[in-house]
Amino acid sequence: MIYEVFRQERKGQAFQHAGSVEAADERFAESYAREQYGRRGESVALWVVERGSIMRIEEFVDELNRNYHRVDGYPLKEKLKEARERAAARDR
Amino acid sequence: MPEREQEFLEYVQGGGQVEAGDWMPDEYRARLRKFIEMHGNSELMGVLPEREWILRAPTLQRKLALTAKVQDEVGHAQLIYRVVEDLGKSREECLDDLISGKSKFHNVFHYPTKTWGDVGVIAWLVDAAAIISQKALLKCSYAPYARIMKKICWEESFHILHGRDVILTLMNGTEDQRGLVQEALDRWWGPLMQFHGNPIPTDEDPMFIWRIKSQGNDEARQQFLDGYVPQIWELGLTVPDPELRKDEETGRWHYTEPDWDELMSVVTGHGPKTEDRLDLRRQARENSAWVRSVLLAA
Repeated sequence: MIYEVFRQERKGQAFQHAGSVEAADERFAESYAREQYGRRGESVALWVVERGSIMRIEEFVDELNRNYHRVDGYPLKEKLKEARERAAARDR
Repeated sequence: MPEREQEFLEYVQGGGQVEAGDWMPDEYRARLRKFIEMHGNSELMGVLPEREWILRAPTLQRKLALTAKVQDEVGHAQLIYRVVEDLGKSREECLDDLISGKSKFHNVFHYPTKTWGDVGVIAWLVDAAAIISQKALLKCSYAPYARIMKKICWEESFHILHGRDVILTLMNGTEDQRGLVQEALDRWWGPLMQFHGNPIPTDEDPMFIWRIKSQGNDEARQQFLDGYVPQIWELGLTVPDPELRKDEETGRWHYTEPDWDELMSVVTGHGPKTEDRLDLRRQARENSAWVRSVLLAA
């Protein structure tokens, strides 16, 4: 079985995918992960999870193009330019 | 080239990275697998020249350091073979091909280690040459490989320190000890200059085209010379190449053309220690077969 290994370098940091180990069961996966990813004190914590248990999601379809809840829904540059020009015209 | 392949090529050339489950062209997968497999083989075979010196290390501290380095390098082989397995070739198959001589390993591991001076030169300069290649692999288009390279580079960086410490200790010692270092450097310079491969232009190098490697062979060699020749010279050592000099205008090093025939002959299994080392690997594999079968049956 393949176990994916995620490691945390320092407390408070995000866990990052480091690699994987092949092991017959969880006990071996634990010792291999410790040996290969924690031996030198390079990690403060590991997450070891059997590959099949990871749900993979890759498609993010936005059928309705709902850009109002994203940054790209608010292109302000042109509007700001116009507003500034109007304000300047009013001052004159 | 089919459209999907062309898109893939543009994606990796634009700095894009690929994960294990992603679609990839057959050629990319095949080249990637062969390259990474050779890297794994080299880590595994690379411990044998150093292993010979564990029992003969001059102090307990050196013995422990060398043992730890051997353990690290075998650990790298484990990480790397795991990546190869996800590309469709099992570790057992990799080991079969290694000991039958079908697959290759790096030129520098086909040579003997005659004295403790060789151990210092290997840990310092061979590891230095290797880390230049490996740092360039941190940007590899195949992300799982790039990720494990992070850990590998981190460990190699203190292997270089260990090597440098061995060399400095010898250089601060007796005339005979300095002699050992100079002789070892004379022996290793040729293989070191061949290490990064022949100077194929990057736009003709498929490994660069697919962004498996992010730098050309000669660029890596120039980087090695730039970083380490001054360090060699400052210790009063002589580099055994009368042509070696840096052109201050272009910033490039000139050197005697490395012996590419020797490189080809050595990596195709005709090095001075190729047979011995493969024999040892064969024996080790037979002797540890029962351990593997017990572990896999757990």
